[in-house]
Amino acid sequence: MANALHIVVCAGISPDPLQTLEPITTPNGPGLKNELVLPAVLDPWAASALYEAAALAPKNPGSKLWLVSLGPKAKLQQVMMTVAQKVPFELVPIDGPIGGFPDAHSTAAALADTIASLPGLDRAKLLLFGGWESATRGAGITLQIVGERLGITDQFYGVDQIDLHDDGSFEVLERIEGGRHQVSVCAGTPAVLGWATGNLAEPRNNPQVGMANMRTIMPALQKAKPATLAANSLRYVSVSLPKQQRTTRVVKDLTPDQIAAELVEWIGAE
Amino acid sequence: MESILVLTHADETGSALTKASLEAVTAGQELAGRLSAPLAIGIVSSGPINLSKGLPSARLLAVSGEAFAQPRYATDAAACEALCRAAAATIVLAPASSRFARVAAGVAHRLNGFIDTHITAIGGTDTVEVTRWFYRQRVEAVLTRDARPWFLLLDAGTHAAYAGVPAAAPVEEIKVELPAQRTTVTGIRAPRQDEQTIRPDAKLLFVAGAGWTKKQPDGQIHVSEAAGLILGFLRAANASLGSSKSLVDQGGEGNSVLPFLTHLNQIGQTGATPRHPKGLATCCHGEEPHVVGWRFIAERRAISLDPNCGWTRGKADVVYVADAFPVVAKVNELLAKGN
Repeated sequence: MANALHIVVCAGISPDPLQTLEPITTPNGPGLKNELVLPAVLDPWAASALYEAAALAPKNPGSKLWLVSLGPKAKLQQVMMTVAQKVPFELVPIDGPIGGFPDAHSTAAALADTIASLPGLDRAKLLLFGGWESATRGAGITLQIVGERLGITDQFYGVDQIDLHDDGSFEVLERIEGGRHQVSVCAGTPAVLGWATGNLAEPRNNPQVGMANMRTIMPALQKAKPATLAANSLRYVSVSLPKQQRTTRVVKDLTPDQIAAELVEWIGAE
Repeated sequence: MESILVLTHADETGSALTKASLEAVTAGQELAGRLSAPLAIGIVSSGPINLSKGLPSARLLAVSGEAFAQPRYATDAAACEALCRAAAATIVLAPASSRFARVAAGVAHRLNGFIDTHITAIGGTDTVEVTRWFYRQRVEAVLTRDARPWFLLLDAGTHAAYAGVPAAAPVEEIKVELPAQRTTVTGIRAPRQDEQTIRPDAKLLFVAGAGWTKKQPDGQIHVSEAAGLILGFLRAANASLGSSKSLVDQGGEGNSVLPFLTHLNQIGQTGATPRHPKGLATCCHGEEPHVVGWRFIAERRAISLDPNCGWTRGKADVVYVADAFPVVAKVNELLAKGN
């Protein structure tokens, strides 16, 4: 028998991976040059979480799916134009700063407060999803702190798979060292799952889903609550691009046998 | 005055501390020495008594019991919380292992502390300053905090594993109030031994790009031959396998794929940034394999058909302009003879 789930996906936005990033100093601390005009995407691992959640919800009738996202309203709107066409969800935007440099503890506090006050959320049915790390800060701590703030002590990270059982328990596969997975069985919700890549491909755009989503997304964006993120004594001493430039030797005139011999010598050298 | 606690845990056998834990011990010893701060080492294990024998002179704290034989959020968080409260340290160092990465932020929150992760260096003169990367290894920052306790998760490979003179300090057993356990670890799922392609301790990372599954000069695709060559290389060189995102994604798009490749092999923006002394990229193109995924590869070589590949210039030490198929076949042959 299926169990209704209340799935909340926490997902930030990050610059498109193909963009060149240049750090600058702003009045509020470090940032990226032209950050607000850089093309943005839903954070990749968090996007995996969203797609997994969207696949899970229909299998468990009565389930609900929220997407909680913190970022500048205009930027969220831009990203949602694409994301909204993928899967159905209810957006809960928080109007806050963009980027990887704001303190994660404050981000977690803002997310936890928002989730705790979601109308209709049954915390006993809660599966809190997100990426196990973001592509911006990449700290892997936000979801954990949100979970702690919500009193959830069953947490899983680097998740690639969840299998729900009829009794409400579920099996989780978490990435561990050496390209392996740790297999755990949890008695049931509530739980936190920080997703890695998962097993699902990115859903194709569906304009009908997009139109249905946008009917609720636009009013939600207009009502987005502002969040100010405290620095919590975090101070950046320096922020820079790696300077290391190698002198590349381009070898064009060797046969495969000669290249192989050179490589074998290199591989064997200490 | 600062005081330092290093959190460590046993490996899967339960008979030794993990290498990453011993690296954190080295970092803790260095930091304690520089700050003239007292050092404590906490051990999470089912039976930690024998594990303390190789550790340096420090206050040794341990939690023990069957509940800690396996990594699990509820029990590990309770264990680390108890160790931290007992040590009352201002700075807590821990390895960024999957076990501690799962719980460290939660523990920091319980202690009203703060945490920074993926630390690659600890420096500073009057203050403690740490180095970490942002935007998936694209931007490097040095940061500091005044707030305490401050938890720092250290990336593996950034310090030497502790191998100094062991001291014989007594181990203080710390009691832990365990919460109700709703999660049971049922096992580890790993590829068969002959299919194991990810080897974190390998000296060489072999990166396969999408070119392996593209049409070759005869107009045909040679995926099975590519798979044989790559697996042959991994076995002969005892190398670890990384992959570009485009090659892994091909599986989801219904194209011919290398059967042993999974998202776990992926390096770069949405994958890993492994640390190996050497790296050989083959049939790769783009920023992911050559810049982001290679950030912590010391010596880098590449085989590419494109003599003007801008991604390899300035990133690789040597680029061989050649077809990877015959080159890797010959390398495998030579390595087989040598072995």
